[in-house]
Amino acid sequence: MRWNRITTATAVSAAVALSLVACGGPKASSGGSGGGADATKAAYDAASGKIFNPSDKKGGTLRMAITEKWDSTDPGDTYYGLSWNLARNYVRPLMVFKSAPGAEGGKVVPDLAEAAGVPTDDAKTWTYKIRKGVKFEDGTEVTSKDVKYAVARSLDKNTLTQGPTYFNDFLLDVPKNYSVFKDPSMSQIAKAIETPDPNTIVFHLNKSFAGFDYFAQLPSTAPVPQAKDTGTKYQLHPISTGPYKFESNDPNKGFTLVRNDQYDPSTDPESGRKALPDKITVAYNVNGADIDNRLQAGDLDVDIAGTGVLAETQAKILANPDLKAHADNVLSTRLNFTVFNTQVKPLDNLDCRKAVLYAADHEGYQRAYGGPVGGDIATNLMPPSVAGAQKFDDYGFEQDKNGNVDKAKQSLEACGMPKGFSMNIAYRADRPKEKAVAESLQQSLSRVGIKLTPKPYPTGDYTKLYAGKPDYAKANGLGMIVYSWGADWPDGFGFLSQIVDSRVIRPAGGNTNLGVRIPEVDQLVDKALSTTDETARNQVWVDVDKKVMEQAAVLPGIWAKGLLYRPDTLANVFSNDGQNMYDYAGIGLAQK
Amino acid sequence: MFAYLVRRVIGAVILLFIVTAVTFSIFFLVPKLGGATADDLASRYVGKSAGVEQIHNTAVKLGFTDPLYKQYGRFVKGLVVGADYDYGAGIERCPAPCFGYSFLTQQPVWPDLVSRIPVTASLAGGAAFIWLITGVGTGVISALRRGSVLDRSLMSVALAGVSLPIFFTGLLSLSIFSYGLGWTQQGGVNPLDETNPFWWAYDLLLPWVTLAFLYAAAYARLTRAGMLETLNEDYVRTARAKGLTERTVVIKHGLRSALTPILTIFGLDLGLLMGGAILTETTFSLPGIGQYAIIALRANDLPKVLGVTLVAAFFIVLANLVVDLLYAVVDPRVRIS
Amino acid sequence: MTEPQDTTPPQAGVQRINRGEAFLDVRDLKVHFPTDDGVVKSVDGLSFKLERGKTLGIVGESGSGKSVTSLSIMGLHPPGVARISGEIFLDGQDLVTSSREEVRLLRGKRMAMIFQDPLSAMHPFYTVGKQIIEAYRVHNQVSKQVARKHAIEMLDRVGIPQPDRRVDAYPHQFSGGMRQRAMIAMALSCDPDLLIADEPTTALDVTVQAQILDLIRDLQREFNSAVVIITHDLGVVAELADDIQVMYAGRAVEYSTAEDIFDRPQHPYTWGLLGSMPRIDRERSERLIPIKGTPPSLINVPDGCAFNPRCNYAHLNGGASETDRPELLDTGDGHMVACHLSPKERQKAWETDIKPKL
Repeated sequence: MRWNRITTATAVSAAVALSLVACGGPKASSGGSGGGADATKAAYDAASGKIFNPSDKKGGTLRMAITEKWDSTDPGDTYYGLSWNLARNYVRPLMVFKSAPGAEGGKVVPDLAEAAGVPTDDAKTWTYKIRKGVKFEDGTEVTSKDVKYAVARSLDKNTLTQGPTYFNDFLLDVPKNYSVFKDPSMSQIAKAIETPDPNTIVFHLNKSFAGFDYFAQLPSTAPVPQAKDTGTKYQLHPISTGPYKFESNDPNKGFTLVRNDQYDPSTDPESGRKALPDKITVAYNVNGADIDNRLQAGDLDVDIAGTGVLAETQAKILANPDLKAHADNVLSTRLNFTVFNTQVKPLDNLDCRKAVLYAADHEGYQRAYGGPVGGDIATNLMPPSVAGAQKFDDYGFEQDKNGNVDKAKQSLEACGMPKGFSMNIAYRADRPKEKAVAESLQQSLSRVGIKLTPKPYPTGDYTKLYAGKPDYAKANGLGMIVYSWGADWPDGFGFLSQIVDSRVIRPAGGNTNLGVRIPEVDQLVDKALSTTDETARNQVWVDVDKKVMEQAAVLPGIWAKGLLYRPDTLANVFSNDGQNMYDYAGIGLAQK
Repeated sequence: MFAYLVRRVIGAVILLFIVTAVTFSIFFLVPKLGGATADDLASRYVGKSAGVEQIHNTAVKLGFTDPLYKQYGRFVKGLVVGADYDYGAGIERCPAPCFGYSFLTQQPVWPDLVSRIPVTASLAGGAAFIWLITGVGTGVISALRRGSVLDRSLMSVALAGVSLPIFFTGLLSLSIFSYGLGWTQQGGVNPLDETNPFWWAYDLLLPWVTLAFLYAAAYARLTRAGMLETLNEDYVRTARAKGLTERTVVIKHGLRSALTPILTIFGLDLGLLMGGAILTETTFSLPGIGQYAIIALRANDLPKVLGVTLVAAFFIVLANLVVDLLYAVVDPRVRIS
Repeated sequence: MTEPQDTTPPQAGVQRINRGEAFLDVRDLKVHFPTDDGVVKSVDGLSFKLERGKTLGIVGESGSGKSVTSLSIMGLHPPGVARISGEIFLDGQDLVTSSREEVRLLRGKRMAMIFQDPLSAMHPFYTVGKQIIEAYRVHNQVSKQVARKHAIEMLDRVGIPQPDRRVDAYPHQFSGGMRQRAMIAMALSCDPDLLIADEPTTALDVTVQAQILDLIRDLQREFNSAVVIITHDLGVVAELADDIQVMYAGRAVEYSTAEDIFDRPQHPYTWGLLGSMPRIDRERSERLIPIKGTPPSLINVPDGCAFNPRCNYAHLNGGASETDRPELLDTGDGHMVACHLSPKERQKAWETDIKPKL
């Protein structure tokens, strides 16, 4: 009937009108005062590696949210980068990443310790002196025993399952299945950790490790009073040594931090902590789209994950100059790359691998991750934010952004496959970007006759059962594996060791090194581990990087970047190489 | 009557056990069919760099290496008498009913689950109140003004309400009222944290209206159809013949009959909703049972999944029982003498 | 408003319709329903009168317009659906021009109606007592207790045993006959002057039918109410009615006293009705005589006499049956017929064709 169509048309146009109103977005409030310094006027990348709206003013509540849940607020049981970032507000490990912008923030400085660790015995023994006058939130003074206990409890991977295993791997003579709860006197690890006096702690390692200061910045070295340790329940209220303490904590909903009156800033001269907000609230399980919208509306201050806004929000932000002025394209210490599994022919041949490196379309790889906003084209492995990293371009990726077909064909001739070959390429099924990478490579490599068959696998078991399980990968011809790797911390060891050292490959699966097996590389890694001079050590890691590239063991894709949104409510906001997102120990709120 | 109730309750309990058994089986048997071992399962619940040893220990600790019936027996025992949990620094008693400890967070499932029930109840209850009044009211008006422009517009709006998915109407209302006009703020706010009932309602207003819109639309159409049918009944004509006012005829005689099927559907809808208004809770980031279900499923966290499944099943079974009893109360023809 | 007394002296042996004080006076009632397919002329020019204490039987097939008539009197057509013209005087008040509210106040109080199926006509969720109480309290400002007592009294009056217990029973807990009694109790609770019974016994067993009819007659005597019985069953009106009006296609075709209708029917349709009705008091001579054809569409009523397609005698009228609508005319003694047949023809047909067969 006629009128029915009219009614429907009215309804449809009403709905369209409404959605246009909605998509128009909220009016972003004008940024900064007129006539102030550049650092206060909102501009694109204003907080990338530099301080936007510097401030010393204290006050306000920092409202943070995350789409999922925290891994753990227990400093001895956490692995998320965002958790380590925020934990500096309530715990003080021996060393800490400096809260400063850019490269400065990639440096590890003394926190609870008076100075950097002193290596002896060929970097197998490390000694730290602990500052006097640092107190827990209940007023008791911190001693070296509290640090020893903190590390000891983190060794119990049966109770505290989430955290990193560096101490388990490197400390001397740690018994299997060690649990501090069964060994309250810590006698079983007496050889591993010594506390000769209340202000000295000594670590004994089972092999040389020159970069131990990086271990010392792990939250697991933050002191824990043994009497107040409640095992898996400790996460509900970790005893604070930092400028904030827990007011409330629900592991399924979120937590609130308030000022710790026992924190004495005079005992904390080097870390750069500012502790500007009076209160910090963290809400879990907030819808991703909700977070992005609230940031823009000014209802929320920080998206804790720090990996960037959702793809659709990204498009909206980049298209709108006002919104773009509030965005920061922050560099991550993360490489998106494709590994060659040398157990699958013909990728056991160096020239065949080189052919792939030459034929690949690097811009296409970048496009798969969202174009330049998604990251910079990687020419080697270590991203520029890794301490001491050097960029080099042995294969001419920068000139031949879309690949070099001639050189590729030459390499194919050299490896005896002039017509090309067929290969499977594995990727994680629920990551559309990785799928796009597989497809881009499929296209670009087909130009020289290399036929790729993309093979999706479930993300949850990717490394455990499929691509990361050597037998499976070999049996299924997974010669190329799309992957992504972010360092635990930005130095050569933190970045490279897990992905290029062949000795970390486990037959049982769960590997992070998905196919690099170069004996020279293994030797260089050992050398780096024992070189105590920082500059020299960093150079060794560069050599590792060069060797891997020389062997064409890996096709580097892009060094990842995230697009973060910076609401006007923030002050003193900056990103740095240590955190690869906004630094949560320095961030504050704009005071009216 | 009493015997009937007892039979129903026993049946319900058996059903709930079956539900848990099935959930258990799906969780363990399906990966097994795919060739996964106990260690493979356990690897989900450990950190990034966990070694083989650690994974295996976790598998043992979580009981994956035991046969299925033993694990299920442990679960049932926990439900009935409670269990002890070693949290490292000591042993904690988890009183009955013990839903176990989350594989991932190592925290007891029951307290968190229970704390979420009031949130979902607030959401479902408030929305139910709104949709019942607006939906039934609209349906009655439409039926009385059948064929008029008002009737047709209302039914068109109702069609839209029934057809538009919640995440669309939810996001639309958020973008207009929350991000755009700034009238409400959600973002993880727990309405049960508010001490003042006004703010409790304020926090829930947008989710209420969004959820209610969907159901109100359905109920408007239902009521309208029911009313049209009832108003054609002979007893309505008799009521008019007695000289009753039109209002009495419509409400006391017409609506009273038309409401019966609606009330039964309402009971079932409410029961289902108490199992977790998943889409609404996710869109508005409300910490209720629905959100809990998503968290549990994403993390493959069996104790949480079991807990949420049981709670949802419980409410649905309860709703069915209440509805059956209610029907006998409302319609005298159905009573068992 | 009263009609002038008929001064014609009554002839012996002939009953006449008493045109005295008419409590209910229907004049040229027309009820038309506009539909998408056309106008349905359910009632097309109906007139009759009824006094208190008297019973009128309206007889006809389904679709003859008899129920529509009663609903129009009661004002039970939804507003805007029916086009009603003509006049319906109830004790002098014209119901057609009265406001809906005025008519509502009369319903139940001065005029009441009982329906065919008491199970569907009473609300299944309320007790019989509640429904009677409701009917009573609409028109009488009394307390619930007083109304309840009255309800019990009414149930007793209509012959329901243990009324103080049955008052709290639900309609589905009664047997068919008891249910109809309860409905009658409800209708009469406010002591109305006019009772319309629409097919009151159709849904009941034969044995119960007689009881109900007896009840109606007793109550009429007691309350001196005017009663209209609507039925398709001549047997029912034979018992109760003082006057009978036969309806066909929305019009009255014959209107006289009951005795006249049964002993001296004048209209071919009436003949057909009588012929198709099995009777015990006459010898079974031949088979039942059904009326050929089917009831007409009320949208396209046949031109002229609505009955002409089915009438065995239409050809005798020289085409008038197909073109002219016959008026309801007095044949001389108060017996009204709407038919083109000349009295002679009619007499002949009656004597030769019909009467012997009945």
